[in-house]
Amino acid sequence: MGRRVAIVGTGHSKFGVRNDVNIAELAYEAISKAISSAGIEKKEIDLVVTGYVGGWSSEGLAPVVVMEYAGLTGKPGYRIEAACATGSAAIKAAHDAIASGEADIALVVGVEKMNESPTPTVVEFIGRAGNYFWEFENFGLTFPGYYALYATAYMSKYGATEEDLCRVAVKNHYYASMNPKAQFPRAITLEQCMKSRYIAWPLKLFDCSPITDGAAAVVLASEEVAQKLTDSPVWIESIGVSVGTSNLSKRDQFTSLNAATLAAKMAYKKAGIDPENPAKYLDVAEVHDCFTIAEILAYEDLGFAKRGEGYKLIRDEQTYIGGLIPVNLSGGLKAKGHPLAATGVSMAVELTNQLLGKVEKGRQADIKNGRALAHNIGGTGHYAYVTIYSLSKPRA
Amino acid sequence: MSNQREQADAFLAQMDQFANMMKQSIGVPVLLDQKTGVALWWDQREIKLRFVISVEKIRKFFEALSEGKLLATKCKKSGKILFPPQVDCPDDPEDEVEWVELPKEGELVTWTVIYVKPYSFGHYNDYTVGIAKLTNGVQILAWVRETDPSKLKVGQKVKIEIVKREPEGYLTYEIVPVQE
Repeated sequence: MGRRVAIVGTGHSKFGVRNDVNIAELAYEAISKAISSAGIEKKEIDLVVTGYVGGWSSEGLAPVVVMEYAGLTGKPGYRIEAACATGSAAIKAAHDAIASGEADIALVVGVEKMNESPTPTVVEFIGRAGNYFWEFENFGLTFPGYYALYATAYMSKYGATEEDLCRVAVKNHYYASMNPKAQFPRAITLEQCMKSRYIAWPLKLFDCSPITDGAAAVVLASEEVAQKLTDSPVWIESIGVSVGTSNLSKRDQFTSLNAATLAAKMAYKKAGIDPENPAKYLDVAEVHDCFTIAEILAYEDLGFAKRGEGYKLIRDEQTYIGGLIPVNLSGGLKAKGHPLAATGVSMAVELTNQLLGKVEKGRQADIKNGRALAHNIGGTGHYAYVTIYSLSKPRA
Repeated sequence: MSNQREQADAFLAQMDQFANMMKQSIGVPVLLDQKTGVALWWDQREIKLRFVISVEKIRKFFEALSEGKLLATKCKKSGKILFPPQVDCPDDPEDEVEWVELPKEGELVTWTVIYVKPYSFGHYNDYTVGIAKLTNGVQILAWVRETDPSKLKVGQKVKIEIVKREPEGYLTYEIVPVQE
């Protein structure tokens, strides 16, 4: 269990095609804001954990490049990688270091510069994020392709339609239109989504998250330090983590992500949340909508909807503000953008601001329970992280 | 119309051309982004990425392809069949594997048609990737010989064929819909 850990500072770059900055400059946009909002000096930081997937960008040792640029050399630091869940994995690593007593203040950075490579190369690298030898080498799966395998099975089993998938995109673009940090801060119509070209049947362009450059950072602190620094810490109440199979062929079904279901169960248990009715305990959630189908699977894997009924939640607009549980008020990966390693940290930044009532008008959730959930998936359920953030101090 | 790989290569060739012009005019390969006008360095280093991967322990699988057979491994004690084949039984360190032939009939579990392709698959026409469940319960992921979404259905009967992948010219396996 260990010591309690809280978020005491946050920073977030604008997401998008950020070829106006290099990777260190981009990371520093988030780092400088995180440090200043925490009200700490760089010398007080005990540990720097950098999430970075890379491959598509030139700097192999980006964490070191970033730490040098930011004046953080000399400190302990390392890189974390868990595919698209890298950001949440980096937060967990820093959390564990503080919980164990190894550090009092840790800086977590997630950064990705995906637009340094042309699109077909990025498609190639992400397509390799499964089992390279048995599922990519001969069959050239792409990331939309992996999730499309789930979409086909889900639609066939439960009767969800392509319109239902597009409804997720419409919601997330709607909220992104109020988020100045989003890559696509504009609303779209259902018709626009339905008319967009197929990328991997049945997923269309507007079902897919974009290729994004971006950075996000949080400062984590132990209970003792957090209470000195701020009167509004946001606590990390619990983290659930699970790893799935690398080969999709080894999974027993394609209508839910087993790893996400297991991670949610773990996180709920630690936080004392009833897994039968988690929405009652939460005010808002950021879920991993790398593709629209992924958000619908998330509703079910997290227990917001029964199996086979996730698509009805979006059909009935239950994941808008005022519904059962608002989901992806940031615009989600879908419209805010998905710079892989930054995504999990971006979720932490967003949910911290949501809980503190500090996001833009129109996309601020009503905060009653003081609890928020981040669901961050690496690969296609290869890694799953579910993190609960809370305004009240967690049980020891 | 050119294929996606040719389009990608044409884009890179154009970047090279711009960079060469800039090298001649200002001495460095710094381009201006056509949309935003920001300055971009065009990398002067290029690598080919190609791996050598050990298949020593599972070479039987590849040898059998030329005999038209699809092999898996089976844990002798537990009877569990492992595909992709692996030589260690994950559930019991004492258990040993033997090679078994997989049945070639099954049903389609799920599938997708890939339109936007990875760079190294950019020379192919659109292709379908699916997962078939064989009659013994083992699942296998491969291309499906049908690219019209309206002609495919979850649960439909399929068979597995050993085929030669062109233009590379090597043996692999494919899921083939069976007319019912």
